Amino acid sequence: MATQPEVPVATVAAEPAVPSLVDRYFTRWYKADVKGKPCEDHCILQHSNRICVITLAGSHPVLQSGKTIKSISYQISTNCSRLQNKVSGKFKRGAQFLTELAPLCKIYCSDGEEYTISSCVRGRLMEVNENILHKPSILQEKPSTEGYIAVVLPKFEESKSITEGLLTQKQYEEVVVKRTRAATGTS
Amino acid sequence: MLFRKQSLSLGRNDIVQLKEAYKWITHPLFSEELGVPIDGKSLFEVSVVFAHPETVEDCHFLRAICPDCFKPAKNKQSVFTRMAVMKALNKIKEEDFLNFVVQYHVWNIAAVKFILFCRQFPCPPNSPKAVCTVLEIECAHGAVFVAGKIFSFNFSSSGREDVDVRTLGNGRPFAIELVNPHRAHFTSQEIKELQQKINNSEAIGHMKEGEEEKTKTYSALIWTNKAIQRKDIEFLDDIKDLKIDQKTPLRVLHRRPLAVRTRIIHSMETHYVDEHHFRLYLKTQAGTYIKEFVHGDFGRTRPNIGSLMDVTADILELDVESVDVDWPPALDD
Repeated sequence: MATQPEVPVATVAAEPAVPSLVDRYFTRWYKADVKGKPCEDHCILQHSNRICVITLAGSHPVLQSGKTIKSISYQISTNCSRLQNKVSGKFKRGAQFLTELAPLCKIYCSDGEEYTISSCVRGRLMEVNENILHKPSILQEKPSTEGYIAVVLPKFEESKSITEGLLTQKQYEEVVVKRTRAATGTS
Repeated sequence: MLFRKQSLSLGRNDIVQLKEAYKWITHPLFSEELGVPIDGKSLFEVSVVFAHPETVEDCHFLRAICPDCFKPAKNKQSVFTRMAVMKALNKIKEEDFLNFVVQYHVWNIAAVKFILFCRQFPCPPNSPKAVCTVLEIECAHGAVFVAGKIFSFNFSSSGREDVDVRTLGNGRPFAIELVNPHRAHFTSQEIKELQQKINNSEAIGHMKEGEEEKTKTYSALIWTNKAIQRKDIEFLDDIKDLKIDQKTPLRVLHRRPLAVRTRIIHSMETHYVDEHHFRLYLKTQAGTYIKEFVHGDFGRTRPNIGSLMDVTADILELDVESVDVDWPPALDD
């Protein structure tokens, strides 16, 4: 059998033949303009087992080209650091309880801008992503997977109701389209 | 009979009827071949009749005791229909039955291994996973004779896999405890011996050992987002005893404590399929989450195939090749 000559392979991402990990197990929910701040959109990945992963939506300012993250901090107030969150046992005792508006972390960018990421769902904080502390660029490279912000476990009784205040994928896309139209309209 | 109560027990309604299993396997095949959807209550019905002479033989003695239950009818292939047998069993006096049952024994089930063949085996709602995965049983010792009335049994296996993972190779060891078997004939001596044999923790102990201490071999079909060549995966073959840290996977975090588990991937073997696929055979420590080792679980399992190859990887198929605990000893055919 003749050996194939070595052909330089272009590293272009292929269209996945199968749904991604996120597509298979999670439903995407969105919250737009969190805390009234324009375009600060969050994407909540809800697993079929009700666990929620908080991530940034593609339209968030931090994910736009040209933005460099200087640092990320989980110290949200003098007395509270999300890094101190400790859960134990099957029932996750000891976890910090979060409301929808509870801050998760602060992102400091090189252009002086500061962004606060909020929980968007009520529940117990399981963990925050420490990998983005060491390498903030992961947040921008893979915001929906390795660059997640936090994992939250909603109360069992509330696992359906937490999505009531959130937008579906379709609704979110409409919001983004409207924004772009409004922006081009006034420019 | 004896045994410690295991936590996973099966009720009568959880036992899958053979005809249901047959339908679950053949329906998708027909559907694909003919390009039509399957409707259990369609106007087009296909009747499949199976004959099993051994079962019919087992029932012969019933006819001797209760001849009027088994009158031949024009359309019936065999007089031993389910209805007729049930009727006869209800009619027969226990003493008469026992006299004939003497020749049948409920043998001790020392161990059997179950083999899951069909990945597409749909899981009926509310069925324990254990039942979903049992399609064929090879008995290591003797056979189970269900004397007309089903007694309950407890099912205890050496570890478990997700319902969408096939178990190949020699199968996975498990034991069945028979709880209150209905009037099986035993001498007290026989019972004592059985008790000894099974109660001694060697058997059960080995089995539970399999869960924690032994190694397992898996085969996975992996997809990569970047196009790969053979040389890109060769380095994986050389990695021995790779230590990985796995945070409790998100998919089980709702019911398991949050923790970091260190596990060892003893060895790997790659088989290139095409630019975006390869097969990976892995020998790992028991308790390793294989799917998470492949896709990384949001970076919570490190290192992972994706990080080792600097690609985004996902797992398309997973089979258990073997559970490497050398028990039960294989039967010589």
